[in-house]
Amino acid sequence: MEHTQSSEIIEPVHHDSSTKKIWRTFWILLGITVVEVGLAFLHLETGFPNRMFLNGIFIILTFFKAFYIVAEFMHLGHEIKNLVMTILMPLLLFIWFIIAFLYDGHSWKNMRKDLAPGTKVEAPKAPAAEGHGKHY
Amino acid sequence: MDTAVTAKKKWWAGGYSPFNVNYGKLMMWYFLLSDAFTFGALLISYGTIRFSSPSWPDPNEVFKSFPGMGHANLPLMFVSLMTFILIMSSVTMVLAVHAGHHRDRKAVAKWLTWTIIGGIAFLSCQAWEWTHLYHEGAWWGRNPFANVDGTVASTNFTNFFFTITGFHGLHVTSGVVLNIVILINVLKGTYEERGHYEMVEKVGLYWHFVDLVWVFVFTCFYLL
Repeated sequence: MEHTQSSEIIEPVHHDSSTKKIWRTFWILLGITVVEVGLAFLHLETGFPNRMFLNGIFIILTFFKAFYIVAEFMHLGHEIKNLVMTILMPLLLFIWFIIAFLYDGHSWKNMRKDLAPGTKVEAPKAPAAEGHGKHY
Repeated sequence: MDTAVTAKKKWWAGGYSPFNVNYGKLMMWYFLLSDAFTFGALLISYGTIRFSSPSWPDPNEVFKSFPGMGHANLPLMFVSLMTFILIMSSVTMVLAVHAGHHRDRKAVAKWLTWTIIGGIAFLSCQAWEWTHLYHEGAWWGRNPFANVDGTVASTNFTNFFFTITGFHGLHVTSGVVLNIVILINVLKGTYEERGHYEMVEKVGLYWHFVDLVWVFVFTCFYLL
């Protein structure tokens, strides 16, 4: 049997005839970008807010933008739960992916710093000769 | 037990798509999912290297030029313009999809044309930025920019920048090509004959994904 697209039964989706929602999403995306750039300039001029805090804000705002693009522009927010889950669940792997790799990068930096030539090596401390140690 | 389920639609009982979308659209979603992991891998390896480096060049020092403004110090301005162009072209793409739902062939053609123009404008901006950086001495394997702390930077910075924005630019290029193919079909009346404009939706998904990736590239390379 020939498999054609039109043979599949799809529930009719109600299409809103106004483009109001599209433009609302556009203004949200534009607004968030303006806030990001504004904060970056504020930091350049005054050094406030501090770098760590600012980066946290940037990452949160990036996820807001991603949410609006996927949910509204890509219409995923209006699809049925099965589709949403099959797309979003695999993305959870990113949580491990990001934590593991960035942690690895960080530990590499420390290792190189500690093992660089000329780094003073602290003499290993002798075990305290207290009475609570091993008994021979 | 079964009666409770029959009240709801049995999505997995067969007879219809359990995802309530056509095969082609579902496969586009799965392709984009795999592409998300490709870009994720690139951006995370960039992050890993950056985390493992004692210092890194300041993006506000590197990306501070604007066409026709000479040596004026304008950090973030040009890349903000590029972001605006891409968001705008995403909007025109949704408007094309929207017009397709209403079988408005003329409007689909109009909005697709604007999307193509937006895509080409973005690519032109990127071409200018790359050329400018190239003339400043930056390229794969060459990095003229110093670290924030004044030390000599490795070429990791430029290697990652050109690789990732290049890979994204390649996606934009293929998106523009796909949009042109779709536009030709719209003008030929292919989708009018078919009875629906779903192909515009599928290519639209790809186009929005390219915009989505740019949002992350913008944050990772220019803001952080």
